[in-house]
Amino acid sequence: MTTRSTSPHPDSRRAGAQERGGLLVEGVTLSLGDGDATVTALDDVDLDVASGEFVAIVGPSGSGKSSLLAVAGALTTPDTGRVLLDGVDISRASSREKARHRRERIGFVFQSGNLIPALTALDQLRFALDVAGKRAGDGHDPRELLDRVGMGHRAGHRPHQLSGGERQRVGIARALVTRPAVLLVDEPTAALDRARSDDIVKLLAHETHESAVATIMVTHDHDVLGHCDRVLSMVDGRLSE
Amino acid sequence: MFLAWRELVFARARFGLMGGVVALIAILVVLLSGLSSGLVNDGVSGLQRLPVTAFAFAEGTKTDSAFSRSTVNLNQAEAWKGRDDVADAAAFGNMLVNAKATTAAGSQVPIDLALFGVEPGSFLAPTVSDGAGLGDPDGIVVSQTVLDEGLAIGDTVVIDRLGTRLKVVGSTGDQRTFGHVDVAYLPLRAWQQVHAGAGPDDQAREGAYEEATAIALRARDGDRIDLAGGDAAAGTTSMTLDESFSASPGYSAETSTLTLIQVFLYAISALVVGTFFTVWTIQRKHELAVVRAMGASTGYLMRDTMIQATVILTVSTAAGFLLGVGGGTLLTTTPMPFALEAGPLVFAALLLVGLGLAGAAAAVGRIVRVDPLAALGGQR
Ligand SMILES: Nc1ncnc2c1ncn2[C@@H]1O[C@H](COP(=O)(O)OP(=O)(O)OP(=O)(O)O)[C@@H](O)[C@H]1O
Ligand SMILES: [Mg+2]
Repeated sequence: MTTRSTSPHPDSRRAGAQERGGLLVEGVTLSLGDGDATVTALDDVDLDVASGEFVAIVGPSGSGKSSLLAVAGALTTPDTGRVLLDGVDISRASSREKARHRRERIGFVFQSGNLIPALTALDQLRFALDVAGKRAGDGHDPRELLDRVGMGHRAGHRPHQLSGGERQRVGIARALVTRPAVLLVDEPTAALDRARSDDIVKLLAHETHESAVATIMVTHDHDVLGHCDRVLSMVDGRLSE
Repeated sequence: MFLAWRELVFARARFGLMGGVVALIAILVVLLSGLSSGLVNDGVSGLQRLPVTAFAFAEGTKTDSAFSRSTVNLNQAEAWKGRDDVADAAAFGNMLVNAKATTAAGSQVPIDLALFGVEPGSFLAPTVSDGAGLGDPDGIVVSQTVLDEGLAIGDTVVIDRLGTRLKVVGSTGDQRTFGHVDVAYLPLRAWQQVHAGAGPDDQAREGAYEEATAIALRARDGDRIDLAGGDAAAGTTSMTLDESFSASPGYSAETSTLTLIQVFLYAISALVVGTFFTVWTIQRKHELAVVRAMGASTGYLMRDTMIQATVILTVSTAAGFLLGVGGGTLLTTTPMPFALEAGPLVFAALLLVGLGLAGAAAAVGRIVRVDPLAALGGQR
């Protein structure tokens, strides 16, 4: 069993994180591009997020924040290091297995929601269950979850009939409906005003604690960091407190 | 399945447009199939209805003009008759004539006839559904289509220039045409007389009564005729009944033209469907990236798109065929060579759907190349 001895602020929530499930990124390096254009997007990154913990990552553009989400979410294979999800290394899996990890244990919330245009809010959630091969009973009840994120009254609306904030709420519910172990959130408030942003991050914090999911949120928005359990900053592919 | 159906409904205008194109192509396919069948009927139904396995023509006869060029001798028929694998062999005369029919009402109608000269007692003699069979020296048994044109049993037909008078004694009850011309059976001797260019009161040149166009061969049940062996023995050049269709005037040119048009239609249809699904896939690239980031396998997404293709192709082909068959039924009542036959139509429908699916399958291969990473970092 691995525990991060170098964790800068071991608190009660993080102690023994791996025993309680969660995400562990260990010594991950990632180079992108080839030849002279090679960029070190991630440089020996360590990160430990416990279930139920809400971690924010801030940093300048191009510092490697999205790259970290891609590695943590089994979208990219790192050059070195590993990614443990509830103790299982997902970084070296085949692309087929990676897809299985993603649909069964990882939830993504994208910038501006990235909802499917053809589907109503409720169907976005049902679709996520269908992709994951789960029946409604295996995950959250879609309708109940939609109510929980405050979108019950918009269940029959398609994305183009929703506001940016509403889309983001549906996106969060869609990511959570399959009961993932990890929630990866990339700039969820980029397209929202101050008040809306605060609501969304509050919701993320609440759902993270409620569903006991390990959440990493990348953001440029320093006003919302108060809702996070921990804030890390990334500069040139290096992660620091 | 979950997404496939909802996207079909959501993007119904786009899918409807493509379906409309496929339906129009399906209508054309039905009409061309009907025209093909009709032309085959008009071209060779007279030959198809003969109880014949093969024809033996004069030695060295080229296929394309065999029925108009070949002349065989009755001795050669005897040579074929004697062979073990031949159940029966009979002289067959074939020529096209212009004539005038005089109806009972007394009016004169020009009529073209394909004269089939057969020995009245032979296996080639036609069965009749109305009137009498072959027997009278000047009695002819005609294709039903002749009666459809207004002639009746008992009417007289006079061959142009020769003045030979023939009397309609019976009808076959079905369509028998050869090179788009109605068939009239007549006794071989009368045929020989006309073929030799002798008028009713003339004596034909010497040897004319020993001649025919070809020898019709019938195989023993379940047997094949050794055509090469028979040709060597009888001094003929023979071909199977199907091969002899190409000797019917215009037959090869007509069927190959129509086949070419149909091949083009199938190719266009497959391309249209392939192009549509290529564009459809490119349009949804970001959406597909999101769904793949959510963990959908490429198989899941490809299956979804193929379901969409199957639904659209089946519905639009069915609609096109219904419209085509409806319109085609009207055409069958016109003199146009048009016949709707279930076999070719079912084949055409399956081919249209199958090729469309192949086009779609070629397009959905792109899904494999969609990078789920593209889902991160906002809308693109
Ligand atoms: N496909 C790629 N090929 C080459 N280099 C890449 C590729 N994708 C990203 N990079 C580079 O890797 C580095 C990290 O990119 P990343 O997207 O992780 O940054 P980010 O912190 O998310 O930036 P932003 O805040 O602008 O979203 C950048 O320098 C970027 O230019
Ligand atoms: Mg980014």
